[in-house]
Amino acid sequence: MSLSPHTASSASMPELDEDELLHVSLGPQHPSTHGVFRMNVALDGETVVSLKPVFGYLHRNHEKIAEGVTYLSSMPFTDRLDYICPLTNNWAYAQAVEKLAGIEVPERAEYIRIITAELTRLINHTAFVGFFLGDMGAWGSALMYAFREREKILDLFEDLTGARMMSNYMRFGGCRNDLPDGWAARASVLVNEFPRFLDELENLITGNEILIARTQNIGALPKEVLINGGITGPMLRAAGVAYDIRKAEPYGIYDRFKFRIPLGAVGDCYDRLMIRLLELRESLSILRQALDQLPEGAYIHPKAKIRNFKPPVGEAYARIESPKGELGFYLISDGSAQPFRYRIRPPSLINLTLLEDMCLGLDLADVVLILGSVDIVLGEVDR
Amino acid sequence: MTPDLPAILARLRVALPAATLTHLRNPGPSGQDSLLVAPDHLGAVCQFLHDTAELDFDLLSNVTGIDWPEPAQADAVAVPVEGTTPAACGFLEVVYHLYSTALRVGPLVLRARTVDRVNQVHIPSVVAVYRSAELQEREIFDLYGVEFIGHPDLRRILMWDEFLDHPMRKDYVAPDDYQYEPTPHDAVLEKAQQHYTV
Repeated sequence: MSLSPHTASSASMPELDEDELLHVSLGPQHPSTHGVFRMNVALDGETVVSLKPVFGYLHRNHEKIAEGVTYLSSMPFTDRLDYICPLTNNWAYAQAVEKLAGIEVPERAEYIRIITAELTRLINHTAFVGFFLGDMGAWGSALMYAFREREKILDLFEDLTGARMMSNYMRFGGCRNDLPDGWAARASVLVNEFPRFLDELENLITGNEILIARTQNIGALPKEVLINGGITGPMLRAAGVAYDIRKAEPYGIYDRFKFRIPLGAVGDCYDRLMIRLLELRESLSILRQALDQLPEGAYIHPKAKIRNFKPPVGEAYARIESPKGELGFYLISDGSAQPFRYRIRPPSLINLTLLEDMCLGLDLADVVLILGSVDIVLGEVDR
Repeated sequence: MTPDLPAILARLRVALPAATLTHLRNPGPSGQDSLLVAPDHLGAVCQFLHDTAELDFDLLSNVTGIDWPEPAQADAVAVPVEGTTPAACGFLEVVYHLYSTALRVGPLVLRARTVDRVNQVHIPSVVAVYRSAELQEREIFDLYGVEFIGHPDLRRILMWDEFLDHPMRKDYVAPDDYQYEPTPHDAVLEKAQQHYTV
């Protein structure tokens, strides 16, 4: 094939000829995509020139399904959003309905909710460390340590809710059942033993030369850009923004507990990893206080309606600090037994808004790390 | 902390006298009132809320699409405080939940409405002010069919590109061949037979 006269006579070749780029479809079936997620990456050598995420492989239109069933019927479905953290999903939804209908929650139920939510944060952040190291090539070992601890917490959840993961535990106005006998004591034992595991985990990873070389100064963005991009949760705090909904807009009874908000300095993948490790310690502190103060009383409001529940006409947006970021539910009631509109504000999806910006100019291997540091679950991304 | 909506409304009316703004009351117990913004000034209103230091709404947290086939239903959920004439036909609505991370204020609820549900389904995109709307506006375009003018990359996000309808619309009818069973029976068989004989 001969070159056209125009091309042959042009003085300089364009720097990035579209034909010279390598287009890689990363995913959807690949362990590093944390489920079924795909990135269409264009590479110049090893360098990322463009990255377009492709969503929807796990889409089942949860929101449409929820509009066709009663309010309570959606509760078990929220377990399947971020399936690592079903109890925080339950809480976010219950809280939105309580706001919509003006339902009170008894004190003991608030304590149970905080205890289960912070245990969920322990699960999420330890699992995150395991998955993140897996993304880096330490496939298996760190994850096995993390899952060993996770399983202990899941045992507690199984005793409390009847299921390890698909808990379906919160109700509008409280919780489904009370803590079983001895549960709080077993949770206390777990909370007291957990720091030893954390020391072990930190010892395993923090000083590791490979980890430092691969994660430092990778994927950082200015904090203004992150806020503008809707990034919330540990991702945002790693960049040094003190924004945690537990402090900014305390829900439940978080204002009764003393805990700190760890902040990063650079906002790179290293900071994102460390923020999670530090948040684990703070969660343990909340757990200790909550288990110490746990009052007796009702676990659900005596007037809470399970059957024929119809909130008054109106709307409500409520959000919680889920382990992955701001998890919000926006509900509109037209006075009937089914929500007119049921919207989930998924932290996993919105934290991916700036994925391309974080990856441009870096190597392909860094993309896997950056995606890992966002901490997504596809059940929540695609809904 | 909930925002002082009347004060914000007064500020906006001074800064943007041409913008049509309506305070909508929330009849439910949540107390989250909202502000209806005429679409042609949506970008300017967002820019003002974002740039004004005393307001500092820097986080657009949530963007929601809603389908209102009956305008009366919309007026029941978000009741106009001032007397306004109700819309003549159904419309699509986009709801924005804004927060201030530094001042810890929110949610400030903004609403924008299309003219109808069929032909005039445009609303200006706010991605230029709030990047966080990028994926959420794509989702509303995909599931509701709202066309966001000025969106940098408006295409389907959850459904596949060849998909034609907008599944979150209230009048969406699911195709009747969605449920394949090797040996259909009862209701599924009836449905399947209807499908295959047509």
